[in-house]
Amino acid sequence: MTDVDANPEDGSDPEEVDEQATTDWLARATGVGSSVKQALLVPALALFSALVIGAIIIALTDVDSLRLWGDDPGEALRSTLSGIGDAYRALFVGSLGSRNAISETLFAATPLILAGLAVAVGFQAGLFNIGANGQMHVGGMVGLWVGFSVSAPAIIHIPLAIGGAIVGGAAWGGLSGLLKARTGAHEVITTIMLNFIALFMVDYLLTGTLFQAQGRNDPISKRADPSAQFPTLFDGYRVHMGFLVALAAVWHVWWLMYRSTIGYEFRAVGANPEGGKYAGMNVAWIYVAVMAVSGGLAGVAGANQVLGLEPYRAFSGFAGDTGFDAIALALLGRSNPIGVLFAGLLFGGLRAGGLQMQGTAGIPVDLVLVLQALIIVFIAAPELVKAVYRIKTVDESTKSAISTGWGS
Amino acid sequence: MTAEIVANTSDVTLRRATPEQRRARTVGILLLLLSAFVLWVFGFGVESADTSTFNLSLPGAKYENIKWEVDSRLLSAILAALIAFLGGLVLRRTYLRWTNVALAISLALTALSFLTWAAAGKSFSLVGMLVSTVVLSIPVTLGALSGLMCERVAVINIAIEGQLLTSAFVGTIVGSAANIWVGLVAAVLTGALLGAILAVLAIRYHIDQIIAGVVINIFALGLTSFLARRVLTAEPSLNSPGRFASFKIPFFGDIPVIGPMFFDQNMFIYATFVLVIAIHFGLFYTRWGLRSRSVGEHPKAADTVGIDVFKTRYRNVIMGGCIAGFGGAFLTLSQVSRFEENLTAGIGFIGLAAMIFGRWKPLGALGAGLVFGFARALQQKLGILGTPIPSEFLSMLPYIVTIIVVAGVVGKSRPPAADGQPYFKQ
Repeated sequence: MTDVDANPEDGSDPEEVDEQATTDWLARATGVGSSVKQALLVPALALFSALVIGAIIIALTDVDSLRLWGDDPGEALRSTLSGIGDAYRALFVGSLGSRNAISETLFAATPLILAGLAVAVGFQAGLFNIGANGQMHVGGMVGLWVGFSVSAPAIIHIPLAIGGAIVGGAAWGGLSGLLKARTGAHEVITTIMLNFIALFMVDYLLTGTLFQAQGRNDPISKRADPSAQFPTLFDGYRVHMGFLVALAAVWHVWWLMYRSTIGYEFRAVGANPEGGKYAGMNVAWIYVAVMAVSGGLAGVAGANQVLGLEPYRAFSGFAGDTGFDAIALALLGRSNPIGVLFAGLLFGGLRAGGLQMQGTAGIPVDLVLVLQALIIVFIAAPELVKAVYRIKTVDESTKSAISTGWGS
Repeated sequence: MTAEIVANTSDVTLRRATPEQRRARTVGILLLLLSAFVLWVFGFGVESADTSTFNLSLPGAKYENIKWEVDSRLLSAILAALIAFLGGLVLRRTYLRWTNVALAISLALTALSFLTWAAAGKSFSLVGMLVSTVVLSIPVTLGALSGLMCERVAVINIAIEGQLLTSAFVGTIVGSAANIWVGLVAAVLTGALLGAILAVLAIRYHIDQIIAGVVINIFALGLTSFLARRVLTAEPSLNSPGRFASFKIPFFGDIPVIGPMFFDQNMFIYATFVLVIAIHFGLFYTRWGLRSRSVGEHPKAADTVGIDVFKTRYRNVIMGGCIAGFGGAFLTLSQVSRFEENLTAGIGFIGLAAMIFGRWKPLGALGAGLVFGFARALQQKLGILGTPIPSEFLSMLPYIVTIIVVAGVVGKSRPPAADGQPYFKQ
């Protein structure tokens, strides 16, 4: 499951890896084979480092404990440590501590996996889709519209709504691809701008007759029909059918990227656009297709946000931060669908646990964003992990240069 | 046409329009359409007897009550005629340099016509809007300057947003705890620190520069929101730093329209203009500028002649961070005087677009910043006039403008040749 074949450019020298792997302490300690170890070593160390820095941040912002340092350093230390302990215990209990916690983790992971796949598909083709948020908003609105305007049994209604969301997200993403293909406008800028435009468009639609709930003056949409709502998987738990959709999407993206011709073309263009052109690929069209596929996946994530949870309505900015978490996720999962799945579960756990942490330990859930940013830094800079942990070998496959400037 | 070309192949290169000429033709036709649009929508969209009143002075100014009352329909008709004339000029003689000038003038005329339409039968403080334009352009211009400082040495700084946000936060806290000047210094140093982090990640660790920037943005958003909730809610006194007062420059400040726009503002506005000129001069007329540009265009050549590529990049990226830090300070020490979660709301990215719009030049950045400032001011002031256009669409305006700009409607702009590529010394 390595993505060496995805990025032929940057696979590190195999000889070097083999030679150094034998000297690596973790390999000796765990006895795990080189490839699996390679895939897990950096993420594990990244997560660990992030948690350590997170603990430092919690300690430094613990205003009550900080005041104690002058009078009673021992008590202050105890208070600080118990603050960190409470926070991380809540983080763990909230993500894995009970059946409900696991359900919450899967529930939170669902949109993350879908949006993470969206970003990952872009990465593999060398495109940086920061616009998952906008695509989620557009896809979600279309999906919701199908959800309340069409009457059909659930078996037809739900796929129809998801289909609508795919079309909406694909159109919004494809627009960035089209702009890149036709004018060379960098997708980073256009997707960010389209995020804002989508946000305002949602605000506008929520006050119009098409979407606004009857008898309401605030910007909130009509409720999706029960037949369009994703059914929960187990009674009393929030995890719902969307999780299965996400799993299906993981499998589908894996098949698309590694088993289909178009996926091969995506990856070829990502590895080397010039090479793709010489091999007879229509690079401009591939940019549009990649962004459309990416947007479509984000659209499903958007549908998940309106059809998969109470109140089954759209409201201003309903996609939240998911689109940005997705970038972190795709990097952590090394743009590999299976990697994204596990990264999504990790981030879902962080999210579910983070909410518990906010509830019981009073640590704002935004700390999770900080943890995520730190995780990516360590993932994206293997040399940093090398330097910190004095290990000699690290997988450098995430070091691919996605950006080569703004020009076309 | 094709038959001709086939018949006389030697003429092909002469007959086929260059991309510039084709673009000029497109722009010319666009301008004619725009003229028709202006006449139809803005000219005939008002009652025939309506007058639009533009106030050209602020209440309490030295020369008060300067007003411009004009027949709304007549003015729009004149403006439409001017746009059509410019369009014809572009079509007639496709002088390349003229195309953009004609486009810019036409868009300004369209904006004026739009205001005439919106203010028909009402009174509108034109000078108030222009003052807002200048004020709102400042963070965008500073963001663009920060971006171009980095990109001139081939480091993409997409972290402007995070730099603005974090330094706004630090500026608020330090400004509240000490005073606003200390807050300003702290904000600039914060920007420098984040610039240094970006530089280390990009130059020392060769992280993809866009990833590094995105990471800094996520980190900044997470950390400032976290601290705002955890610290600022516990200590609200840390969230009221006060503001820099504006001071009028004698004589110039009393000139109608221009005075309040440029000569009766606070320190940030003056400093931004000085900075634009200083960077322009520095970049194009000093040894530092020549070296920076050579590092951005062809680092290997620069290295060969003895320029320290890494040192140049570190220095410029950190300077860029300082400028973004200054911009962040402007947001909380001049504007709202209070930090809120995610208060930048994309200004950093608009700054990035302004940098591209301004073609990686300081004066261009200022011009682009003013365009974006105008779009924002328009959105704010039109709410007061009560136009039938939903406010959400006006809010979208700056972002749509950015896409149009980046998509190259104003012509292809060329980034520094080595932009975004790490340098490996051999």
